[in-house]
Amino acid sequence: MSWLRANGLRLAVHIGALAPLGVIILDNYRYNLTANPIQELTVRTGKAALVLLVLSLACTPLNTVFGFRQALRVRRALGLYGFMYVVLHLAVFAVLDYGLDLQMIGQTIVEKYYIIAGFLAFLILIPLAVTSTRGWMARLGKRWKSLHQLVYLAVPLAVMHFALLVKSLSSRPEPLIFGAATIMLLALRVSGVRRASAHCASKARCYFRSAFKPTQRQAAWPTGDRSGHPPEDAISGTA
Amino acid sequence: MQKIRSSEITPEHVYLSRRRFIRLGALALGSTALTACGGQLGETLAGRPAPAAPTQPADAATDALGIKRDEFGDPANSFETISTYNNYYEFTEDKEGVAQLAANFKAEPWKVTVGGLVSNPRTYDIDDLRRKFDQEERIYRLRCVEGWSMVIPWIGFPLHKLLAEVQPKAEAKYVRFESLLDPNQYPNQRPLSLYPWPYTEGLRLDEAMHDLTLMVTGLYGRPLPNSNGAPLRLAVPWKYGFKSIKAIVKIELTAEQPKTLWNTLAPHEYGFYSNVNPQRPHPRWSQATERRIGESGRRPTLMFNGYAERVAGLYAGMDLQANY
Repeated sequence: MSWLRANGLRLAVHIGALAPLGVIILDNYRYNLTANPIQELTVRTGKAALVLLVLSLACTPLNTVFGFRQALRVRRALGLYGFMYVVLHLAVFAVLDYGLDLQMIGQTIVEKYYIIAGFLAFLILIPLAVTSTRGWMARLGKRWKSLHQLVYLAVPLAVMHFALLVKSLSSRPEPLIFGAATIMLLALRVSGVRRASAHCASKARCYFRSAFKPTQRQAAWPTGDRSGHPPEDAISGTA
Repeated sequence: MQKIRSSEITPEHVYLSRRRFIRLGALALGSTALTACGGQLGETLAGRPAPAAPTQPADAATDALGIKRDEFGDPANSFETISTYNNYYEFTEDKEGVAQLAANFKAEPWKVTVGGLVSNPRTYDIDDLRRKFDQEERIYRLRCVEGWSMVIPWIGFPLHKLLAEVQPKAEAKYVRFESLLDPNQYPNQRPLSLYPWPYTEGLRLDEAMHDLTLMVTGLYGRPLPNSNGAPLRLAVPWKYGFKSIKAIVKIELTAEQPKTLWNTLAPHEYGFYSNVNPQRPHPRWSQATERRIGESGRRPTLMFNGYAERVAGLYAGMDLQANY
């Protein structure tokens, strides 16, 4: 049980991050990849990449704002799995879709804004993935952090890549949801916002605790009890 | 449907078994890594048809194996593929979701009014149309602006036959088409929908009168499936798929160029003409190449979707970059 408490989140991240790939492989055998499987593979790998990269952005605020330290232990895994799906996404595009026709791929990359955005995000993510090991962390020292802050550029580019390719944002709000989440997660890194939200979060935590544990509320406001005596279980602690 | 001899229609078991045949072929071709993986992707990659005999008849035909092919020798997509992979935004934006949501669509009884600048305005029942005009099979390529394409054996009759009956007046220059507006049947037509329903489309009169412009009532010798726009849709094979409006309830002859749904929503992306044109890029999808459903990789997109010889004359002297 204690092992699960210590490693449950990591386990969930590994399973959750590999699940989309498992489903893709399964669906391939079950003829479940639509009549246009290459398109479907592109969409699925792209979405998995985006979800994981946005989640990797959530780890730091989860710690700094909500005091959830465990999140920091899965940040690298989320980022790397996200990069894995980016690579698969690109492989589907270059190999299955364009048959490695470099001239055609090059033409498409420069011609379509959304591909430029996506390709830039990919280029940015390469050095981050390469330097994700402890060895590189030690070697780069302080510069490691500045380098990895490039993810603040890569994720918005990836969201833009998605937003630019849907037909109409008003009817397909998904990119807007990813965009809002990204903006929020980046804003939570600005020190003023971070402090204010951490303050709010701790207040909210207190409020919810007292709301869900009425005995504590009584203890907190002893005058509310007309007898003037604190209730019994308030004495014995949080029953 | 008198005009089609039964010998011309692919028996259902033939095109259904084709899928299985290809799958077996994919397994047999275990040499390439992806095909060795089996599954759907293997099928798709192995699905590229064998090069067709070089001497195809000038027009679409059914070959000795009972496979329908277009005039380039490319095989038609299966009935299953054509009827379950659809853009039909009145139902949903999910191509695979359309067929399910359309299952209970009420395509009959159905009336179509033909009016506007005509001498003989009329309202037809869908059965009138089927009886009145000889139904013929036309194997057309459908090129979606999203960059995929199919080969589809439509059943229908040329629009010019219908227009001849209502007699367009001299001042009529365009034909405007309107689809059904019915939020009870179309979940995506809910009150707060951001699309300017009903779906509308338009053609210049000479485009509408062209023999390739088909009023479609069926597919693979059967009535048109709901997901493909039953009971009556248009097929304009040299234009992007969205011009081929589905579930038509109204046809009007007008003097002014009609508004069309996609042109209204994004005029910089979708012009009135929307002819298939590999030279005019689209901001999101390649128009230079396309993915034929059932094939791997891409093939070059042909000017006017391969119908240039027959339709280029309609646009003589026009700047197709400006009039896209």
